[in-house]
Amino acid sequence: MMGLFHLPPMLELPCPGLLAQIEESFWLPPPASTTSATVDNLFYILLGISIFFFTLIIVLMTVFVILFRRREGVEPLPSPSHNTPLELLWTGIPLLIVGFIFYQGFTGFMDLRTAPRQAYEIRVVARQWLWMFEYANGHKDEQLHVPVDEPIRLVMRSDDVIHGFYVPDFRVQMDVVPGRYTTIWFRAKQPGEHDLYCAQYCGTNHSDMVTKVVVHPPGEFEKWLAEAGNLFKNMPPAEAGKQLYTRRNCQQCHSTDGTAGTGPSFKGIFGHKTALEGGASVMVDENYIRESILEPEAKVVQGYKPVMPTYKGILSDEEITDLIQFIKSLK
Amino acid sequence: MAATHDATVDQASAGGRSYLSYSPHTLFHAAARRWLTSWLFTLDHKRIGVLYMFSILASFALGGVFALLVRTELIAPGPTIMSRDTYNQMFTLHGSVMIFLFLIPGVPAILGNFVLPIMLGAKDVAFPRLNLLSLYLWWMGAALFVFTLVTGSLDTGWTFYTPYSTTTRTAVVPALLGAFILGFSSIFTGLNFIVSMHTLRPPGMGWFRMPLFLWALYATALIQVLATPVLGITLLLLVVERVAGIGIFDPKLGGDPVLFQHFFWFYSHPAVYIMILPGMGIISELFSVFSRKHIFGYKFIAYSGVAIALMGFLVWGHHMFVAGQSTLAGIIFSAMTFGVAIPSAIKTFNWLSTLYKGSIWLATPMCYALSFIFLFGIGGLTGLFLGALSVNVHVHDTYFVVAHFHYVMVGGTMIAFLGGLHYWWPKITGRMFHDGWGRLAALMIFVGFNLTFFPQFLLGTHGMPRRYYDYTALAKNHPEITTYNVLSSLGAYLLATGLTVVLVYLLVSLFAGRRAPANPWGAATLEWQCSSPPPYDNFPAPPAVGDPYDFSDIRYDPQSKGYVKETQHTSP
Repeated sequence: MMGLFHLPPMLELPCPGLLAQIEESFWLPPPASTTSATVDNLFYILLGISIFFFTLIIVLMTVFVILFRRREGVEPLPSPSHNTPLELLWTGIPLLIVGFIFYQGFTGFMDLRTAPRQAYEIRVVARQWLWMFEYANGHKDEQLHVPVDEPIRLVMRSDDVIHGFYVPDFRVQMDVVPGRYTTIWFRAKQPGEHDLYCAQYCGTNHSDMVTKVVVHPPGEFEKWLAEAGNLFKNMPPAEAGKQLYTRRNCQQCHSTDGTAGTGPSFKGIFGHKTALEGGASVMVDENYIRESILEPEAKVVQGYKPVMPTYKGILSDEEITDLIQFIKSLK
Repeated sequence: MAATHDATVDQASAGGRSYLSYSPHTLFHAAARRWLTSWLFTLDHKRIGVLYMFSILASFALGGVFALLVRTELIAPGPTIMSRDTYNQMFTLHGSVMIFLFLIPGVPAILGNFVLPIMLGAKDVAFPRLNLLSLYLWWMGAALFVFTLVTGSLDTGWTFYTPYSTTTRTAVVPALLGAFILGFSSIFTGLNFIVSMHTLRPPGMGWFRMPLFLWALYATALIQVLATPVLGITLLLLVVERVAGIGIFDPKLGGDPVLFQHFFWFYSHPAVYIMILPGMGIISELFSVFSRKHIFGYKFIAYSGVAIALMGFLVWGHHMFVAGQSTLAGIIFSAMTFGVAIPSAIKTFNWLSTLYKGSIWLATPMCYALSFIFLFGIGGLTGLFLGALSVNVHVHDTYFVVAHFHYVMVGGTMIAFLGGLHYWWPKITGRMFHDGWGRLAALMIFVGFNLTFFPQFLLGTHGMPRRYYDYTALAKNHPEITTYNVLSSLGAYLLATGLTVVLVYLLVSLFAGRRAPANPWGAATLEWQCSSPPPYDNFPAPPAVGDPYDFSDIRYDPQSKGYVKETQHTSP
């Protein structure tokens, strides 16, 4: 399909070699994916066009205001109130320019949308308010780990509301919509770390739905994946629970030092009675914690809103047990 | 060949009783007897315009307070003055109040209501009772919004995206009903204006002798009447889903969340033109009057407004390039979007040409008109970035978008509204404001606005998503994010100060302002032929209709400190 839309070479971007060299600038962060250049090049072309026309308009306006300012008792000289060829000219020229911009945006968009066939696939789950990345070996991670210089295709779904997958350094963004899969692809240029944001407003902790993309050097990704899959196997349960506490974003709402957040703190709650919304009270034991993770709205602690989403399908029974051990350890 | 004052001007300076003190047109007879009821039940388009003015400006102030709270929260990374939930409510209420209660009704309901019939040489709009109903509906809708404020608030963003809006615990239903009712206010106003322009134009005023402000209101009214019902239906569907659990938009009930976005933007994109077109109409008037020159390319300006109104219906999908709509749909919407950019470019060049060889008077309204060109220029040009598919992917849902639409909606609509308000203020109130303070405030607003919103373009290109309560994580690797946010917040305080100055000197002018002459600016449209403020029935006799942009027979009269029309007597 792409062949149909390709223009003869002379109509392609003017001197792309020159533009491709722009790295970090006042306007844009350093481009970190292979497709960044198509976005950045058009951005700088648009910047040039905009500055040119804006300067033209403002200079003309200023010159006219000074030259033709009102003078006492001087009537304006007669001048034409329309000029059809001139008006057609300033209809036609912008039309050609926006046609060019449209075409460049369109071809760039096709590049961003068309993943190479051999791309490595990672599944993405977005939910209020965390990202989960599922790898081929079944490992789930809260950060997106990818090998350098390999096309990565993400197949994304949402468990609740609409979220937005956005990595500014890669110049890629796609909404993650419940009830359907959306996909996105990129190819990281260099090893390193990049911010990953949720760009579509999704409620209370929208601005905390931030994580990292870790780009591994050649050969390192496979090593990481093998190790990560076995990470919790050789760990004491409370230690594994502690890892899960940060990695599954429990810390977003629940502190370990006694300060109240969106949810109650975990410090010293185990084995004590706590008052619930509606007047009843409950003993914080293994079963209560398990219930609160899987059905958070069943028994809400007094003074808090029922806003926690369920972790059914996100945490396995083993992981829940690890978390309970961790909470027990917080005296 | 002696020149004397025109008959209508004589009548005006003699001073018929102003509509402010005497206005017998009321819904029922007895209402006219008491001061309060003579206002609340008035059928006079001028009084309705004034009532809208107080109500809409109060909403504007409320929305402004929300904006200042949002900017104060963002003056530093991390929690500053409010909780996450409160912040989400603040930006939602800021957006909803500004859009539904200020930007959409602002120019048509205040200035349109006041000026349109007089510009047509008519005594009132075509349906005065419907006009009063529009005002009552506006009040009802606004009351529901305020009700939402005090009962659990609203945290969906003004866009009400599903399934968040169908599952959040805040008071979504009252807000939706409020917006639904406000929609009818808008539809009825639009209908009234269309019929008025078709039926009330005086003999001698063909379509191409209408002032361009009326052309703009006509184009706006077309959108109000055709697009607003879609919003009404969409909001009702949302209510049905929330209240009855019928699956329309929520995938858990078998619905489609992207469908909501199609419905929503099918109205809300044309609504952008409901907001900006009347502003463009004002700018056309100001450029011509304060350059004392015929508007350049009248027909191109008139037609480009209608073109914007019609093409505006075909571009809604550009809000959804990364929302999950098909790639092909994205491509088509991008192409259409670039099409709708052309009429705006045409208007800008025509306004510039109007300055050429004019006699330019930098009174306060003209300062706003020039400010408009600067700010709307930036708003329009950054629209090209957002219309270009590949660049859109990077800046979508970031502060780049926030900056862009504020340059269009505030830099465009609000600035044009202020220009129009100053321009017609002497006509509405019968008093002149202090021009020196006016120009100073216009400058403060201009500087404050740019300081607020220009850094937001940079926030966007550096990847800061919109609607973020806390940008600690972003600022860790990009310290400039904090700098831009601080600049933006400081700008907001300056902008608010400028607007407060406007409020103060306008209020002072009511009591201490010089009495306004019938035609203080030397304009040629009909509303300047009746006295300031106009008598209750506008014109005792049908006014003479001429070219609305022909200033050749309008001369300054030092005695009245205003302009008068000279007529050449050919008969004794």
